[in-house]
Amino acid sequence: MPEPDAGVISQRQSLVAALRKLLPEDCVIDDERGLRPFECDGLSAYRSLPMVVVLPRDTQEVSRVLALCHERGVKIVPRGAGTGLSGGALPLADGVTVGFGKLNRVLEIDTANRCAVVQPGVANLAISTAVSPYGFYYAPDPSSQIACSIGGNVAENSGGVHCLKYGLTTNNLLGVELVLMDGEVLRLGGKQFDAEGYDLLGVVTGSEGLLGVVTEVTVRLLPKPATVRALLLGFPDNASAGACVGEIIAAGIIPAGLEMMDKPAIEAAESFCQPGYPMDVAAILICELDGPEVEVDELVALVGDLARKSGATTIRASTSEEERERFWLGRKSAFGAAGRMAPDYYVMDGTIPRARLPEVLTRIGELSREYDLPVANVFHAGDGNLHPLIMYDSSIPGALQRTEEMGSEILKLCVEVGGVLTGEHGVGVEKRDLMGTMFSEDDLKQQQRIKCAFDPDQLLNPGKVFPTLHRCAELGQMHVHRGETPFPDLPRF
Amino acid sequence: MADTLAPTDADGLADAVRWAVAGEQPLEVIAGGSKRDFGRPVQSAATLSLAAFNGIVDYQPSELVLTAKAATPLATIEAAIRAERQMLAFEPADYAPLLGTNDSATLGGALACNLSGPRRIKAGAARDHFLGVHAVSGRGERFKAGGRVVKNVTGYDVCKLLAGSYGTLALMHEVTVKVLPAPERTRTVLVYGLELAAAMEALGAALGSAHEVSGAAHMPAEVAACSAVSYVAGAGASVSAVRVEGFPASVEARCEALRELLGRFGAVEELHSKNSATLWREIRDVRAFAGDSGPLWRLSVPPASGAAAATRVADAADVRTLFDWGGGLVWLAVDGAEDAGEAAVREAVAAVGGHATLVRADAPIRSARAVFQPQAAGLAALTERIKRAFDPAGVLNPGRMHAGV
Repeated sequence: MPEPDAGVISQRQSLVAALRKLLPEDCVIDDERGLRPFECDGLSAYRSLPMVVVLPRDTQEVSRVLALCHERGVKIVPRGAGTGLSGGALPLADGVTVGFGKLNRVLEIDTANRCAVVQPGVANLAISTAVSPYGFYYAPDPSSQIACSIGGNVAENSGGVHCLKYGLTTNNLLGVELVLMDGEVLRLGGKQFDAEGYDLLGVVTGSEGLLGVVTEVTVRLLPKPATVRALLLGFPDNASAGACVGEIIAAGIIPAGLEMMDKPAIEAAESFCQPGYPMDVAAILICELDGPEVEVDELVALVGDLARKSGATTIRASTSEEERERFWLGRKSAFGAAGRMAPDYYVMDGTIPRARLPEVLTRIGELSREYDLPVANVFHAGDGNLHPLIMYDSSIPGALQRTEEMGSEILKLCVEVGGVLTGEHGVGVEKRDLMGTMFSEDDLKQQQRIKCAFDPDQLLNPGKVFPTLHRCAELGQMHVHRGETPFPDLPRF
Repeated sequence: MADTLAPTDADGLADAVRWAVAGEQPLEVIAGGSKRDFGRPVQSAATLSLAAFNGIVDYQPSELVLTAKAATPLATIEAAIRAERQMLAFEPADYAPLLGTNDSATLGGALACNLSGPRRIKAGAARDHFLGVHAVSGRGERFKAGGRVVKNVTGYDVCKLLAGSYGTLALMHEVTVKVLPAPERTRTVLVYGLELAAAMEALGAALGSAHEVSGAAHMPAEVAACSAVSYVAGAGASVSAVRVEGFPASVEARCEALRELLGRFGAVEELHSKNSATLWREIRDVRAFAGDSGPLWRLSVPPASGAAAATRVADAADVRTLFDWGGGLVWLAVDGAEDAGEAAVREAVAAVGGHATLVRADAPIRSARAVFQPQAAGLAALTERIKRAFDPAGVLNPGRMHAGV
């Protein structure tokens, strides 16, 4: 992380006093005990006490806090519910963490336009709960959906089990209210389908809190599907499970969810919560289908046939909600189960072309042996998003470092086979230094110029995403080769 | 006639941009050229043609991704993926007939203009299917963004920014898009003779149902009469249309359910796959308003306000209208207004929210009027900063979207 600015820290008391003029007493936290809960997000291996935490209650308060910090050259770290897994909300010792816990209201449910307007601190699942009486739901469902906030989902472009069919956060947003670092309030999008002008909403979504602070979100709502069923499929090896995924897609089926677990993950889940998974298989697939009843029933039969042809030895189709939920129980408990098997675990998140899955799992197995660290794999198989869970013991000196090294090797492998560093968890601080394996210096500089257009002083969440910080003035310089024209090799007509 | 530069590789594109920067020679960027008259006229010293960047680079049906050079005709892409029973789910429109040209629409052009068809309401826009890009910035630097997998949050989503940037930020030369299985069957339920308010209510009821509607349009009588589908043209009244697609049994069941739901609003009829394809292609490409050259506006508004917006404009000018996206997309052909209907359109959009684009008008009108939605000061300033972040010298399609951008 960037070296904390001693000058800023020395002005802490004066900053706190100025913030208390903008916000009520209980919305400015500066005592150590109050700051402690904000010291990390879901990537708990990294911790740092923020200089101050503020909890604004409306857009105007957010705007005033940002304007004040902008004027004083103080950095800002936006924080949703703190469930992120890449350290995007890791505090800065010389920065103000802005929390959105008090901006937690559903402002409008507009059934005629099939959208809802909510404040950023509303939990993901709370949106679906609020609109459920009208027959709608909000589709993206990260596994932390009970706790994670929609503002954080926008920052991270969160996914979830159902994003194969329904898309990530970015595909389900209509508009946001955005506060820039200098306090300016902008509206991007609205209730209409497409943004006007440049798709700034698109680039803000998933920008990990580096471009602006979201103070209001308009999300698309979908009618709830008539029927939902799931299949539990067991395979003798990873390759046949992978092949079955390809067969399902080739048959023209886009399931609502298509999840894979390898042998260690199955065993961990079974010992943790006894979902009744078959223990004589090397991999399982959970395939969820939703839609009209006649379609779901037809596709359940079809997927069963495809699984049989791909060598499945276990084929079970849910016949009740209770059974469907039991199929999911082990998958949804996979992280908890890994936590039971070892003192600590580290969740990785890369995406690969699905066809490369068997070889990637083999290579991960080799790395596991080489580093002597057990790995269980859960996999959003439909879209190639792999979540290896590396189990370690942080009380052993050097164990975290070795785990991170092994994690880096896995992510480099994802890039090597044509994939990417992160499918849904974000870069944050965790994968920041790996960005160079995927992007050239020019690629990264062009991204940082976008940052400069939003936040020229680079006060918003610095130290995240980009391995090297460049001054905006330096990034803006352009070397013009005058006198070399006309380029003789350019074909002309 | 200005020079046309036609580099054949990415380094050549970078050279061309550096030449333009060095000589302060703005470039008009074209691929197929079918939408050359869309947007404000560009004051350029030379044309930069991407025509050489043509061809599918990699297509993996099982991975649901396709990589192609940017100027590959949509027809080429669609033929290749149709053979694998897949589709571009965003249903890119072909505006060539609307804009009176015979040039081929390309994949890069569809992305650069973020053109999405009727399925927008269910499957998303072009920008939602745009996964990765190789491009040259207005600085003459090559860069890439995104990837070749469907799920990726590594770095900023630069593809979103380039989708709908009309060639003003970077020269996209290779793009990766998501493809999806094509539906086996399509049915369209037609409702005849609904007044505008009732039609919007009917479309809303269909879209709010669990029947997974993938198209929801309303054609007033004079627009319906232009259709090549006899069930539509022969109605002698307005026609509202709702589409369902997918597996045969499911489609039949949903079609039946929608006939019942929509039967409460008026007389219903259904179209099978071939007629459906014809009708939705007509709606996608706005064929009812092709063949003349009068001003044509495209309004993107909250779906429940589409009728109100159209009515406001109709009170002030002589218009023909077509509604898609359940009312969220309103096409307005303005006849005989001195200002191409601009004042009325801007006032209507200001009242209901959303934005309007003058998709077609004579060049002098497009020079004199705001083709795209005028932006509030803060948004306009950020837009300019984004432009400078990619193209500080303003050599790529300058002024195409907004003066100075």
